[in-house]
Amino acid sequence: MSTAVTNTAPTGERQVQHHPKDTLLRDDRLPHIWCPTCGIGTAVSCFVEALRESGIPEEKCVVVSGIGCTGRVAGYLNLDSFHTTHGRAIPFATGVALANPDLHVVVFSGDGDLVAIGGNHLINAARRNMNLTVICVNNFIYGMTGGQCASTTPETARTSTSPRGNTEYPFNVPYLMEACGASYIARWTVLHIRRLKKAMTEALNKNGFAFVEVIAPCSTLYSRRNKLGTGYDLMKFYHDNAEIRHGANTKDVGIGFQTKIIVGKFVDITKPTFLEKYQGKTTGGGK
Amino acid sequence: MKLWRTPLDADKVRVPHGVVSIIIERCKGCSFCVEYCPRDVLIISKKFNKKGYHYPEVISAGLCVDCNLCEDICPEFAIYSDPEEQHSTAQTKENA
Amino acid sequence: MSDHAVLTGEHFMTGDEAAAEGGLAAGCRFFGGYPITPATEVTERMAERLPEVGGVFIQMEDEMASMNAILGASWAGVKSMSSTSGPGFSLMMENFGLGIMTETPCVLVNVQRGGPSTGLPTLVGQQDMQQCKWGSHGDFEVIALSPSSPQEAFDFAIHAFNLSEQYRLPVFLMMDESVGHMFEKVVIPPADQIKLVERRYTTKKPGDYLPFLPDEDLVPPMIKFGDGYRVHVTGLTHDEKGYPVMEQSCHHPLVTRLVDKIKKNAHKIYMYDEHYLDDAEVVMVSYGITARIAQQVVEECRADGKKVGHLRLITCWPFPEAKIRELADRGVKGFIVPEINLGQMSLEVERVAGRGVPTICVPNAGGAVHKPEEIHAAVREVIK
Ligand code: SF4
Ligand code: SF4
Ligand code: SF4
Repeated sequence: MSTAVTNTAPTGERQVQHHPKDTLLRDDRLPHIWCPTCGIGTAVSCFVEALRESGIPEEKCVVVSGIGCTGRVAGYLNLDSFHTTHGRAIPFATGVALANPDLHVVVFSGDGDLVAIGGNHLINAARRNMNLTVICVNNFIYGMTGGQCASTTPETARTSTSPRGNTEYPFNVPYLMEACGASYIARWTVLHIRRLKKAMTEALNKNGFAFVEVIAPCSTLYSRRNKLGTGYDLMKFYHDNAEIRHGANTKDVGIGFQTKIIVGKFVDITKPTFLEKYQGKTTGGGK
Repeated sequence: MKLWRTPLDADKVRVPHGVVSIIIERCKGCSFCVEYCPRDVLIISKKFNKKGYHYPEVISAGLCVDCNLCEDICPEFAIYSDPEEQHSTAQTKENA
Repeated sequence: MSDHAVLTGEHFMTGDEAAAEGGLAAGCRFFGGYPITPATEVTERMAERLPEVGGVFIQMEDEMASMNAILGASWAGVKSMSSTSGPGFSLMMENFGLGIMTETPCVLVNVQRGGPSTGLPTLVGQQDMQQCKWGSHGDFEVIALSPSSPQEAFDFAIHAFNLSEQYRLPVFLMMDESVGHMFEKVVIPPADQIKLVERRYTTKKPGDYLPFLPDEDLVPPMIKFGDGYRVHVTGLTHDEKGYPVMEQSCHHPLVTRLVDKIKKNAHKIYMYDEHYLDDAEVVMVSYGITARIAQQVVEECRADGKKVGHLRLITCWPFPEAKIRELADRGVKGFIVPEINLGQMSLEVERVAGRGVPTICVPNAGGAVHKPEEIHAAVREVIK
């Protein structure tokens, strides 16, 4: 480990090689692959803090990702981590969580991966109240493959496969999750770092299916196609247009093109998990 | 710091001071830290790092309140702050 | 609790049930499955039995989920299994490949029915024999065992687990509907007489361990999640550390090793049965339910004074090339391959036997087993 510190203090900054969050990161893989001003890195930064605050022992936390820009998160976290195929992070995580209930299993993936190709797994895991923490970074687009239309792309937004503007109705993901029976549902943008961190901490400590939607700019593709400026411009947009409404009726939190984004903690209920119910019905008990 | 009144216990309350550290080569120049620092401690440097990004520089070190906002919002794990005291006792984490 | 996992004694059960019992006896404690004819009875048996032995059963939402769930359970340190048939098998293929790439031990039972597509859900087929070898994209080698009876469904399920642990890959138990639904006597031995191969965990400490650095047998020792090793496992091409490396210089050795760990150990993996091969002029090659009819034909031919022998494949994959080559070199007059497809394993026999020795497939697109006469006719073609 390099110890080189160039101290230009008292007026300047210290130039260093390592970051206090590095112990939870595979810092030998940094800088990461995400574009400049992409919000995924900020979501990971919040997650690292949240994991520390949650009190969960690091070696008992497993992160599972699917495919896509956010699908790369597992590869940057210095935890037991698994990078599955497209859409299948949740069933893989389900196997881990049921085989060893002492593990805290986190699914960290994108909207395309979790809601479109993996949608069946998402709704069924929520329905079962599987003990998982699902962090879904919603960038409104397929980033890794070059900016195609997603099931979360707002209506009229342009993408490479909706060049004249998206004509489909997008998912309102919190509403979907509530309908399926998720125990915890929150949504924040990456601008709301403190609240996002808190939501992630709560989700990590939630017994049951906890879902956090993170609105993050795909500053490269979504923004460019739709002439929304830089990542910083998107952040400014969140600043001006995000409305905190805890306990909002999830029916009302759908996201339109450049419309108000309702954020907050929408659902926080307690009910037995899949495994608790299963073990209650079976003679052998769990493990 | 502008205060609308001087607190009665102003002599006892210590405003935290932070020292900002930057990993220049990780920065991708998004400017989030600069824009969201509540104390305008940072500016974007005229210099580039090896990848060609303008990284942040501290212009008003004394104003940093160690709020960690730059650290948390940075998508690149390229900046953080520490309380100043830490540096007077043990010079840096890296050296400790 | 563990004695209950091994139901020592004599039973009358189906091949599907026996496969489930074999899994339990091998230590399987997690099953993720989705109902599909004719494999549903494996799933149902596991739903009934796993809670009794402290395991977990879950009915997943589809076969892609089932396959991933068993991979996840395996990485959490629990032996895991799933079962399916044609359409579900096709759905599992992508994530079977994930199991190959991440070297994840587990067992997949395919109770084959007639295809393509929805085909003949309730009737027999052996039409996925090449699919299990080639059905997932990319280059790889597989291990597939074919039982011919419920007893073998039990025995080979255990063996499938042993091989999966030893070579770190998902292993196929390629049954067929006839064996799966057939009721027969199954003898389950006492637990202490069942030989189990347990997972080889690393003896290294977290800092020193490279998750994909193989031992001499080309298989890397494993860890399980939660042990503090903080491994990264990915379906992307990866180096010994497990990190993605998008370069030919990393990809070529990795894929070659995944293939070689089976190929170079194949002589230890092959299993087959032979009958009357010593003086055979014609060799029947068969597997699964078809082997039972083939054997009957062989006996009838012998009674007739025809020098017909039988090579019954237990491991269809890896394919016992050396044995076929040896027979071909010895100058047998021909190979006859009856199978419930239009020629799948016969392609393999033909490839190895070469042009000098004819290989005759006795085709059957599925729906019923062969009539002995169909196979006799093929014998007459060779021995005029
Ligand atoms: S393509 Fe978009 S989502 Fe992907 S890394 Fe770049 S900015 Fe982020
Ligand atoms: S710690 Fe807070 S005050 Fe100090 S530089 Fe960072 S954002 Fe600005
Ligand atoms: S937030 Fe991070 S990446 Fe962005 S300019 Fe500041 S140090 Fe660089």
